[in-house]
Amino acid sequence: MGRERMRSPLGRALGLGSAKDGVEQWWLERVTAIALVPLTVWFAASLVVHMNGDYATAIAWLRTPLATTLMVLLLAALFWHTALGLQVVIEDYVHSGLRLPLLIAMRICCFVLGVAGILAVLRICFRG
Amino acid sequence: MASSTSQRMRPLSPHIQIYLPQLTSVLSIANRITGVVLSFYAVALVAWLMSAAAGPQVYSTVHGFIRSWFGQILLFGCTYSFFLHLCGGIRHLAWDAGYGFELRTIYASGWTVVAMSAALTLITWVASMGLAG
Repeated sequence: MGRERMRSPLGRALGLGSAKDGVEQWWLERVTAIALVPLTVWFAASLVVHMNGDYATAIAWLRTPLATTLMVLLLAALFWHTALGLQVVIEDYVHSGLRLPLLIAMRICCFVLGVAGILAVLRICFRG
Repeated sequence: MASSTSQRMRPLSPHIQIYLPQLTSVLSIANRITGVVLSFYAVALVAWLMSAAAGPQVYSTVHGFIRSWFGQILLFGCTYSFFLHLCGGIRHLAWDAGYGFELRTIYASGWTVVAMSAALTLITWVASMGLAG
């Protein structure tokens, strides 16, 4: 299913969407959703298999190249998807002047949390 | 020009609160609510990772909270929200691709989401307890 097919034939012909990227956010929410299906299922299964509350076990698991790589990808996709999803929720229910500041604050929070999570994973991975 | 269109009483559609809850509407709002709930759990995920990066003392404090009855309730809520959002999300992806719009299919997929999310939550907790114990 190509992204171009989401547009009307006229819109495609004129190249005039809503600023020419009208379906971008809708599309990216789906792309990140599909990425999150295997990533979150892997994470949940890993927690069940590897986690027993022991610190050393958790660190040993997080340090494996596979776990580090997938955790970074998971955090990136998760907070991207979260930002896009919360944006729709805010746009649907907040009609006051709070809407724009809330949208910006939400975006900043998602970005900060994503970076913090990825840095924590990398710190665990690379610490001597 | 006795009465213009704007002055006449226009028919109003019933407000959403008039409708009886249906599987379709309940699952629709449930997907959105679990999405919002899961964004709070995403914050907890980062906190958990940061505690693991901080060292054994901080990690054991965080794990002590997770193991408390309140922490376990929150973790159960997280598991169920996750599986409901996952199953509901897959249903939405099928719709986005153009499949499953017949009324019969919509109800079948809806009940599948309800059953699968409950089953997966149960399986996860049973497996987790089995491996831990």
